[in-house]
Amino acid sequence: MTQSNVQLSKFSLAVQRGKWMGWVMIAIVLAYISVLILAPLTALTFNAFAKGPGEIVKSFQQTNVLISFWNTLWIGLIVVAVHSVFGTIVAWVLVRHRFPGRDFINGLIDMPFAISAVVVGYMLLLLFGRNGVLFPLVEATGIRVAFAFPGMIFATLFVTLPFMIRELIPVLEAFDIHQEKAAATLGASSWQTFWRVTFPALRWGMIYGVTLTFARAMGEFGAVLVIGGAAQGNMMTTTLFIYHAIEERQYITAYSAALMLGLFSLVIVIGSNWIRRRGGH
Amino acid sequence: MNTSLTANQEKKRTWASLPWGRWGLRSIAISYLLVMLIIPLLVILQDGMREGLTELWRQVTLPIAWHALKLTLWTSVVMVVINTTMGTLTAFVLVRYEFPGKEILNAIIDLPLAIPTLVTGVMLVILFGPQEAVGAWLKEQFDISIIFAPPGIILALMFITFPFVVRSVQPMLLELDTAQERAAETLGAGNWTIFWRIILPPLTLPILTGALLSFARAIGEFGSIVIVAGNIPLVSQTAAVYVYGEVESENRLGASAASVVMIAVAFSLMMLADYLRKLSKTATPEETS
Repeated sequence: MTQSNVQLSKFSLAVQRGKWMGWVMIAIVLAYISVLILAPLTALTFNAFAKGPGEIVKSFQQTNVLISFWNTLWIGLIVVAVHSVFGTIVAWVLVRHRFPGRDFINGLIDMPFAISAVVVGYMLLLLFGRNGVLFPLVEATGIRVAFAFPGMIFATLFVTLPFMIRELIPVLEAFDIHQEKAAATLGASSWQTFWRVTFPALRWGMIYGVTLTFARAMGEFGAVLVIGGAAQGNMMTTTLFIYHAIEERQYITAYSAALMLGLFSLVIVIGSNWIRRRGGH
Repeated sequence: MNTSLTANQEKKRTWASLPWGRWGLRSIAISYLLVMLIIPLLVILQDGMREGLTELWRQVTLPIAWHALKLTLWTSVVMVVINTTMGTLTAFVLVRYEFPGKEILNAIIDLPLAIPTLVTGVMLVILFGPQEAVGAWLKEQFDISIIFAPPGIILALMFITFPFVVRSVQPMLLELDTAQERAAETLGAGNWTIFWRIILPPLTLPILTGALLSFARAIGEFGSIVIVAGNIPLVSQTAAVYVYGEVESENRLGASAASVVMIAVAFSLMMLADYLRKLSKTATPEETS
């Protein structure tokens, strides 16, 4: 089918079926998205500003808000670092190696996407909690996991597991293995081959994986709530802070923090879309 | 075919010269997945089955748990029906029509993926809460409560899973050849016939995949629902919120039983979606139509 043919058929579609049907469908979609997505966003923005921007500034002067944003930030960074290294290795092994159980593992990787965040937190509680399977390990090392930061990091790691791997697998599959072969023939070590040949090809997929992972990590709530327990004060992440603020009926504070968190994630995801377009994907 | 064969042989040779590298990488990858994914899953399965299947069944069929599971399922089904219809329509409009603001609309589709679900819940409460303008109006005019009731759950789920069907259908719709539609039109077929007989059949697999993904995602949703629906047993308590309550009150049996059921549902849905995706990868548009 040639390009001109497709163009022609699109043209005739618009002309013969009458334009009105198209406009009706467009109107329905626009109305649906306005009510479902845009109206709630607008409502949040207006309510955060309901008592003027001064009130928002005031709520951001509370140390707890700032600490919660700080906690969210560094937990996100750790999660991104871990998944960048191990996610790349997993994607590599799944694409390049053939071994029994590979298909099954490939299917399992999507599980964190479907398992309830609450169940994730609860699983970790069963592992590391007081009666947990691994509690002897916790006692031996003296590192508290449940109701502490390590547990919250672990929970966020679980929830964000698929993103990096799913971004890298198609890139690796599309990558031309001859380039690596050529590098090897020219005497490059496998380490050099990876850094000079394979890694640059993975770069855009990796950047996108990092931003998706980070955005998801920032928004994680259920798993962190369960494993963090009644995390108070300087233990809270931003989502936990918002939840507590709502429970304590500090609505303006909750709305401002929610608006801020939403904006951060939006900027990250929109930014990565922009990067992806620039990268030609 | 020939080149890929030699590439494979070549790959085998380079890897074979470095067996430690190959086994090292593979064991790192597998241990990572074991620790991060498989062990936690096994622990909760073991904990749920600890007292045997009959006890698990008894725990799940206790009135409050049973109601929570049923509520989760039916609200998710309603959401899937609405989102499948609207998602397909949105994809169709985005692919087939040109109109001002199309690029912006295309970007807005992904917003729900970027916004933390807790924030989604907060937004919906602000818009539809009983004390808010829209919520109060709906209550007065139509006697509909949205917040702390099933409609709120459905709305939250619709918001969160909206991108899945659209993004699953869009690429297939782009690939579709419109010559067939033109031919059908020339032969005198009406709009409906063309839609049902020509456009819809090749879209079935992507639509089903998107619907399954939405469903799987909806079953476990917590952050938005705990805000929108609250935690009222036998009224608006979904399965995830129920598990949270049981964990908090240290009812290990109840929490584990409901978790096992939720994991089993999630697992089967994801495996089915995976299978459908493989099917649509192997079937080209020409073959399916």
